[in-house]
Amino acid sequence: MDLGPHAAFIWISYAAVTVTITGLILWLIADGRKQAADLEALERQGVKRRSAAPGVR
Amino acid sequence: MQTLTQRLANPARFMELSARLLPWISGAAGILLVSGLYLAFFASPADYQQGETVRIMYIHVPCAWLSMMVYGLIALSSFGLLVFRHPLADVSAKAAAPLGAAFTFLALLTGSLWGKPMWGTYWVWDARLTSVLILFFLYLGLMALRSALEDESAAAKLTAILALVGVTILPIIKFSVDWWNTLHQPSTDFTSTVDPSMRLPLLVMAVAFTLLFFAMHLKAMRNEILRRRVKALRTQAVAGRDRLAAQAANHGAAE
Repeated sequence: MDLGPHAAFIWISYAAVTVTITGLILWLIADGRKQAADLEALERQGVKRRSAAPGVR
Repeated sequence: MQTLTQRLANPARFMELSARLLPWISGAAGILLVSGLYLAFFASPADYQQGETVRIMYIHVPCAWLSMMVYGLIALSSFGLLVFRHPLADVSAKAAAPLGAAFTFLALLTGSLWGKPMWGTYWVWDARLTSVLILFFLYLGLMALRSALEDESAAAKLTAILALVGVTILPIIKFSVDWWNTLHQPSTDFTSTVDPSMRLPLLVMAVAFTLLFFAMHLKAMRNEILRRRVKALRTQAVAGRDRLAAQAANHGAAE
């Protein structure tokens, strides 16, 4: 694909968007896993929410 | 009869519903993104004036649109917190801020990379560019203010007030290209200013980015709800231990 004399500007733009959005998605997934693991660890220790319904996260 | 927002006021119900919606929204965003990229690179022509650099438009415009839409969502959530005390309003505002900051950063960066070959410069202090830079700083301010205050309830209220004050930037950004002379082109009007051959890829990319944002926002809200549960449980556990220690001490003193 020939993007002409300004190809570098186009590729850098798309690369920046890809890296930033992928980074955000990975951060959200990692954060979600950490919170779920912390919650599970607390519940294993016997600390339970008073309002917790069974199976509801 | 309960409205949708009233039904979603229960975080447990929100977690249930969002778990069901998230894969569908993410899947639709992924499919549209792949289609949009194909259209942007292989099924749309180069511009007669801008040449191939017009392809930056397919990511710049969606990022710029989201930078404003996300701030609008934060302002709406802040209003919901301050006026209706909706339990999920602060979760929504907090979850959206880093996402909005990221899209604003990308709008500035891709605009700058588009500006250099077209205008001959990466940056000018004109009304549109400067007002979007202020929006970026507003996002950073919202995040900084929240993390600077230990009391979560106070942080939520103060951040909400700042968000509502900052909403004045949105009409300034929108109309800056009409009110002042700027290097930036006028606002993109999908019906008249974009050639039909470029309209479809732009529209598909705009919808794809919007769905992508909503998927990330739902996930970020779910994470925040879990974080608050963890915090509440830790507080509960510490309070329980303190109570037991106090009972043991009283028992020992009585003997």
